[in-house]
Amino acid sequence: MRRALRWLMAVCVVVATSTAALAADLRPLVQALGSGGYSGTEKALAQLSEAGDPAAVPVIEALQAGDLYVRKADGTVVVARKAGDAFTLTDPLTRAALGDAPAAAVEKIRINNSLRRAISASLGALTLMSPDTGVRRSAADAVFKSRDAQALETLNAAIAKEQDKSVRAAMEQARAAILLTGEAASKMSDAEIQSATDTLAARGDRDALVLLNMVAGSGASDVTKRSAAAAVSTLEQKLAFWAALQNLWYGLSLGSVLLLAAIGLAVTFGVMGVINMAHGEMVMIGAYTTFLVQEFFRAHAPGLFDLSILVALPAAFIVSGGVGIIIERSVIRWLYGRPLETLLATWGLSLALQQAVRSIFGPTNREVGAPSWMSGAFELGGLTITYGRLWIVIFAFAVFGALLVALKRTWFGLSIRAVTQNRPMANAMGIRTARVDALTFGLGSGIAGLAGVALSQIDNVSPNLGQGYIIDSFMVVVFGGVGNLWGTLVGALTLGSINKFLEPYAGAVLGKILVLIFIILFIQRRPRGLFALKGRAVEA
Amino acid sequence: MLLRFFLMGLDRKAGIVLTILAILAVAVPVMTLWVPADSPFHLSVFTVSLLGKYLCFALLALALDLVWGYCGILSLGHAAFFALGGYAMGMYLMRQIGPRGVYGNPVLPDFMVFLNWKELPWYWLGFDHFWFAALMVLVVPGALAFAFGWFAFRSRVTGVYLSIITQALTFALLLAFFRNDMGFGGNNGLTDFKDILGYDIQADTTRVTLFVATVAALALSYMIASGVIGSKLGKVLVALRDAESRVRFMGYDTESYKLFAWTLSACMAGVAGALYVPQVGIINPSEFAPASSIEAVIWVAVGGRGTLAGGILGAVLVNMGKSYFTGALPELWLFALGGLFVAVTLFLPKGLLGLGAQLKAKLPGRNKTSPLPNAKTADQKGA
Repeated sequence: MRRALRWLMAVCVVVATSTAALAADLRPLVQALGSGGYSGTEKALAQLSEAGDPAAVPVIEALQAGDLYVRKADGTVVVARKAGDAFTLTDPLTRAALGDAPAAAVEKIRINNSLRRAISASLGALTLMSPDTGVRRSAADAVFKSRDAQALETLNAAIAKEQDKSVRAAMEQARAAILLTGEAASKMSDAEIQSATDTLAARGDRDALVLLNMVAGSGASDVTKRSAAAAVSTLEQKLAFWAALQNLWYGLSLGSVLLLAAIGLAVTFGVMGVINMAHGEMVMIGAYTTFLVQEFFRAHAPGLFDLSILVALPAAFIVSGGVGIIIERSVIRWLYGRPLETLLATWGLSLALQQAVRSIFGPTNREVGAPSWMSGAFELGGLTITYGRLWIVIFAFAVFGALLVALKRTWFGLSIRAVTQNRPMANAMGIRTARVDALTFGLGSGIAGLAGVALSQIDNVSPNLGQGYIIDSFMVVVFGGVGNLWGTLVGALTLGSINKFLEPYAGAVLGKILVLIFIILFIQRRPRGLFALKGRAVEA
Repeated sequence: MLLRFFLMGLDRKAGIVLTILAILAVAVPVMTLWVPADSPFHLSVFTVSLLGKYLCFALLALALDLVWGYCGILSLGHAAFFALGGYAMGMYLMRQIGPRGVYGNPVLPDFMVFLNWKELPWYWLGFDHFWFAALMVLVVPGALAFAFGWFAFRSRVTGVYLSIITQALTFALLLAFFRNDMGFGGNNGLTDFKDILGYDIQADTTRVTLFVATVAALALSYMIASGVIGSKLGKVLVALRDAESRVRFMGYDTESYKLFAWTLSACMAGVAGALYVPQVGIINPSEFAPASSIEAVIWVAVGGRGTLAGGILGAVLVNMGKSYFTGALPELWLFALGGLFVAVTLFLPKGLLGLGAQLKAKLPGRNKTSPLPNAKTADQKGA
């Protein structure tokens, strides 16, 4: 011990005389980390962070990771990483190799909880000087959260040097947080307090609100409290606004899911008058097709995995549509004009399809992955928007638009509408009504398959997938008005938004119950939905 | 007067049904309690409970046939009335447990103690009396059906729309009863019953008595239903099934007729549920599932819609098939049930009871006669 001390003093003398090399500046402080037990390490750590040199960061990180050791032979602090039985030693500052040493020759610098806190605070302060913008930004956030008064000087220095606008704003917010909550608050002038609260309020998120609330309720001076309270109320208004927007987005997102699930039904139920209870199973088949396509890509072309969804779209359309055409030709064509009986027959089909999928793929959920361009999220003002949801919203509207165009602008759509409105006349004009029936049902089922591709991204792909959507889809179609695509669009978005706005107050389940009751009551007022068809055809 | 009402609707078919039920009511207790266990004619108590369960379903099917077969209202939510009746009975049975529960609380059922509830919610009051629970078995489903029907029929919600909102009704109830805060045991429902009217619910004699009570309830409901069908009121019901607008134009208040049959049917379904719960020993929210209502519809369709006896036959046959398949070939049950739905709607539009008449009608040519008299007109209104 004495030898180590003497060595240390010698080094100190040497270091004090040399000011050229940065590493040399830090050397004694690093060296001091290894002596004096916990308190010695903590003191040295505090000095290291006061020095404000980013070169110390890897050393402190090594300390945090438990890689910092003292070589017993000469008391040098080294970074040691286990290699087999022995340790590979490197210099903490220069990273120069120092050879190997047996485990007995080194002693770990141990850390406790208070040290761990000090380490993260000083890392936060030190990384403020990092050349990397992202690192500086996260460092500023770390300081904002820890509100460590020791970081104040480094922070001031960093703010003075900072070029990037947004990083500087983050740093200023961190400084305001330290100033307002720390002891410094009592010595600040009114104007300074005002500008600090303004800075925090400008941050405009929940963290800032918590902090301002803390200040407003603390033992600070009246001026501080008043300005914090004012900032709290504006901030709360702003947050409420963003929360409402976020709800609207969730509503739009849920609405687009409902739209996807219901739009195929709007074709089979609305246009053809067939109650297809197996509609949910068409969605499920679409989701399983996605699973199979992805399995194929995983096995044969893992590099192209991101494209698997794009391949799954037409595949699901064709598979579900094909199954739909088979169902129409074998069962439904015998039941036209008897909607309640198609309900029973298609319910039977849905049971059989579920069991078939369960027998083939097993009852458990299958893994469907998200392509990289659909994962992650971005911030828009106070909104957090995930890419997956954004794509589903876009996709739902794209499908809606495409279907609208197909029904209104193509020859196929024209014949569908002709057959719906007057079957014998359409027949007489040379339209093959039986074929149009089959294709229409196939179109509705195929769209359900497309919905399955999208839903496989946000829901569990299991044999029961479709069951969860069938009732909701019927509610949407009935609410919107049968036989009207626009009604389906408005119905889906309305029900989605109502659901999401009720959820914060009533909870998810009660919210859903209220929506169902709302629909039951709504049907009493308008028995034929929001956009009812008018005229004689209705009573037929 | 009342006797005449009951006897009015009885025809040959009713005679057969009531005779079979009377034979069951006598033979089953004898075969279970007095025939020695090693005799081939002995019935185990398990079989008796199973038969009792089938007959409860038969009563539900009868109730459904009354509204679907005779008023043209396809209810996809009849299991809701069944389950509500079941919950009313289950609440009585819960209160009968008293201090014998796991937590030994003399007033609160176990799940309430578990949820840290301090006192019984107001809607549980009175359920310690059997007469009150028995009243609620009729009143709760009846009142819900009356309120629902009042609004729906007055707004002239018909056909498919009505079917879908009945489905919404049972789905909403399903979600509601799943909630723990509702005070009906949430997910687990009500179970662990000990005794009914002071008798041990597991005892052989109690089980046989419950079975006989079920047979009696079914017979009585059958007589009420056929009495209604045979009366002038029944004729109006059939008429408005086939052409509602015409009946309305003739000056009949169609809504009231429908509302009467609808509420009566819901009360019957409630009784079925109340008899079902003590025999099965549990009631939970899954009874509200839309799928169980639709399953009840297929019982009626298999037996023969609009025949009363058909519902009973269909319920017993399909459930026997279900017991067999789910035991022997569980993989195939849903295929069988699904196939049944398709086959019955395609090939047996009049059900098993209508098979003979259908074969006779088929001889001259296909699709010349529609399955039910005027079924097309009735159903097309919903299109």
